[in-house]
Amino acid sequence: MTLLEVQGLDVHHGQLHAVRDFSLAVDAGQTVAVIGANGAGKSTLMRAIAGSHSPTRGSITINGADVTRMPAHQRMRAGICLVPEGRRLFKSLTVEENLDTGAYRAAAGPWNVDAVMELFPWMRERANQNSASLSGGQQQAVAIGRALIGNPKILLIDELSLGLAPAVVKQMYALLPDIVASGTAVLVVEQDVSQALAAADTVHCLLEGRDVLSGKPADLSRARIEQAYFGLTSASGQTVGKGH
Amino acid sequence: MDFVNTLVQGVMLGGLYALFAAGLSLMFGVMRMVNLAHGDLAVAAAYLVVVLLGSSFLPLWLVILIALPLFALIGYATQRGLFSRSLKAGPLSTLLVTFGLSIIVQNGLLQAFSADTRTIDFGALNTGAFRLGPISVSYLGLLTLALAVAVIAGVQLFPSRTRTGRMMRAVSDDADTASLVGANSRHLYAIATAIAFGTVALAGIMSGARSSFDPSMGPAQLIFAFEAVVIGGLGSLGGTLAGGAVLGLTQAFAAQIDPSSTLLAGHLVFLAVLAFRPQGLIPQRAV
Amino acid sequence: MTTLEHLPFHAAVVRSGKAPKATGGLLAAAVVILAALPYVAFTGATSAMVTFFVLLIMASMWNLLAGFGGMVSVGQQAYVGVGAYTVLAFANLGMHPFLALPLAALTCAVFAIPTSWLAFRLRGDYFAVGTWVIAEVYRLVIIRFDSLGGANGKSLPGLSGMDPVLRGALTYWAALAIAALTVTGCYLLMRGRTGLALTAVRDDETAARANGVGVTWSKRLVYLVSAAGCGAAGGILIIDSLSVQPNAIFSVQWSAYMIFIVILGGIGYLEGPLLGAIVFFVLQQLLAGYGSWYLIILGLIGVAGAVWLPHGLWGTITRTTGLQLFPVGYLLRTEPVTGKTAGKTTSPKRRIGSST
Ligand SMILES: Nc1ncnc2c1ncn2[C@@H]1O[C@H](COP(=O)(O)OP(=O)(O)O)[C@@H](O)[C@H]1O
Ligand SMILES: [Mg+2]
Repeated sequence: MTLLEVQGLDVHHGQLHAVRDFSLAVDAGQTVAVIGANGAGKSTLMRAIAGSHSPTRGSITINGADVTRMPAHQRMRAGICLVPEGRRLFKSLTVEENLDTGAYRAAAGPWNVDAVMELFPWMRERANQNSASLSGGQQQAVAIGRALIGNPKILLIDELSLGLAPAVVKQMYALLPDIVASGTAVLVVEQDVSQALAAADTVHCLLEGRDVLSGKPADLSRARIEQAYFGLTSASGQTVGKGH
Repeated sequence: MDFVNTLVQGVMLGGLYALFAAGLSLMFGVMRMVNLAHGDLAVAAAYLVVVLLGSSFLPLWLVILIALPLFALIGYATQRGLFSRSLKAGPLSTLLVTFGLSIIVQNGLLQAFSADTRTIDFGALNTGAFRLGPISVSYLGLLTLALAVAVIAGVQLFPSRTRTGRMMRAVSDDADTASLVGANSRHLYAIATAIAFGTVALAGIMSGARSSFDPSMGPAQLIFAFEAVVIGGLGSLGGTLAGGAVLGLTQAFAAQIDPSSTLLAGHLVFLAVLAFRPQGLIPQRAV
Repeated sequence: MTTLEHLPFHAAVVRSGKAPKATGGLLAAAVVILAALPYVAFTGATSAMVTFFVLLIMASMWNLLAGFGGMVSVGQQAYVGVGAYTVLAFANLGMHPFLALPLAALTCAVFAIPTSWLAFRLRGDYFAVGTWVIAEVYRLVIIRFDSLGGANGKSLPGLSGMDPVLRGALTYWAALAIAALTVTGCYLLMRGRTGLALTAVRDDETAARANGVGVTWSKRLVYLVSAAGCGAAGGILIIDSLSVQPNAIFSVQWSAYMIFIVILGGIGYLEGPLLGAIVFFVLQQLLAGYGSWYLIILGLIGVAGAVWLPHGLWGTITRTTGLQLFPVGYLLRTEPVTGKTAGKTTSPKRRIGSST
């Protein structure tokens, strides 16, 4: 059964049409990735799904229930948790307090502060430190932990790897299978195409707000993805080095 | 021994100011707003107690037990119905809304109760005092001081020790992100305002038992509370207690020297702090 | 005028609207007609108009301070009081009270210098309450001077011998002159460098500072001008009532009136106080008999206006019709490069920095 279904979504920033007629479906146990260049509208899409930004048209349903007009704080209780771009930890709260905010309206489930600290043992030592003193990767871990503790049906992660060292990125992606195994579907936004292709069951490529290419990673050729990613009309000779 | 006596009176007066200031400080800490109707609400609470005492056979403690939650409830409703709208419209709008509210409350009280002064009858507590050697300590002053310390400790601990308090800090940091973990910022802000209204009602009642009041006293109460906050250091509740004490002591000693200079001396200390130590005596962010 | 040559269309940043000759003419005519009023109307009417002018002056000054300078003060009554007491002090020394009016403005500007030094240490809401405390300090200091009447106030010497009709007319003209001066002064100030600097600050204070805009200086100038204007208004008040009472002249009610008028009229628009003062004046005349209900209603309107009509009456009018009496903003005027030159007027496309 489809867990999250987005249909014909249009999102505006004032005059700017940031997401156009976008549709997507995530089934339970799936990992779906959205890729696209800077400014393609990925964050806007995620914020619209999480309820931080009202769409102008289209619908969002979770397990068949329409949540399109539901405010963000209720949508979290409906089972959607977003790890926002740039981590956005609460700066006057300690690491442990940051994690604990996730438990404020959490659903019942496998994740709690202890389980997250089990996953990242360093957090125990730094539990009482101010969250601003952490490195980027550590902040990302806390932000993911905070969202996981809500025991969402679907976890949204905006820019999982942005600004992180390659080794840390690898660690982060190694986590995804664990999360999915715990019963949570994952929708991840990524600029690092090869990571996204390796991790996801389905990929959507966003260009200027439009879904220009989607499918299973195995079915998509490298050249077509590059074309879609950069919005090139033909891939001839264009070998812009992206990914690693 | 006059000196010690004045010292004691000053500290107890300071306790009252700190009690007034706790809610002001909390609202500023969480929502970055100053409620200009703060003092008028205190006066309104005092009138409510006078009316309830006069028109029913309820005992004083029960009346207070009714008045405080009632004010907290009013605070919750005011935040959700009014302040949340003005906060969305911007800081200027909030300031004007609370200023308008101050005028409404003040003139509403004037219309309902005339300009005559009243006091709250606390029975023996009003005048009772015990002697500690050569100095006399009023029960009421001591009770007020104890309440001030308790309220400030509570308002200090609540944000760090309870989950609701932590969510309040989270919302204050970043309401947008807090909503992603299920925090309804309007509800949490309203709780902060409810606490502020409840504590200022308590301050108004204690003040109304200590000395007589009339509808026009609100702005003066606001100003004392504000001075206590700034002297102590913005956002620091411990500082607020110290600020209240400094203000109370200054006024008590000035009154000893020249009764007509009481208020002026307090204001001048405030201005001196502003000029030479603008961060306040104990600067820190508590909420 | 700056033209941007590299754009695919002609774009020019111009003053939004020509120096409004029509408005200038209209206002000049209004002033002339109003100046003739004492010859045709009863003293009752001119006396009521004095109140109107005083409100207009105060509101314009508060608008300058809060709407353009971003300084929301609840303490401008400090200068109303100091202005009134300055006139009293000079009259005590034998000076003609009318001649003391400019000195009242000047004294307030001088007092405003050290005051601003203190008050500018507070930001936002705390600035508001801080200015209120400062106003209280002025009141408490002044009532310590027995020669100024102490806590009970005093009547103004030097005018008792004058014919009441002549005195009424002179008061009226003085109030009218100061009101006209205030409105014109605000306009010129906001059109000039100060206005530009303050607009930059309002949009982005950090960026403005980084670009070398004299932020503090501009704010202080506006604060001083505003103090001077309120001082002159206070001077008119004491001349009009022939006495002064410290609690009344230093009452926070003056701030309430200023704020109410500006919010109702439209904050950040020079036209706002004018429109607001007219509406307020009419309300005052209608509700004057209702005691404290009058203030309760004002408070309610103020609260409702602040929440639901944040741009005030004038803001709403100018947003729907584009009408402007005192254009102080700038327009980005664009037109395609097809033939026409950039100097010609086309319909305004965008207004820059002209609303809060
Ligand atoms: N708060 C905002 N206000 C106005 N425009 C915005 C806002 N956020 C994003 N945009 C614009 O929307 C478009 C999509 O942005 P975004 O969703 O952040 O893209 P991405 O996450 O793919 O980099 C961009 O053109 C961006 O400039
Ligand atoms: Mg993004």
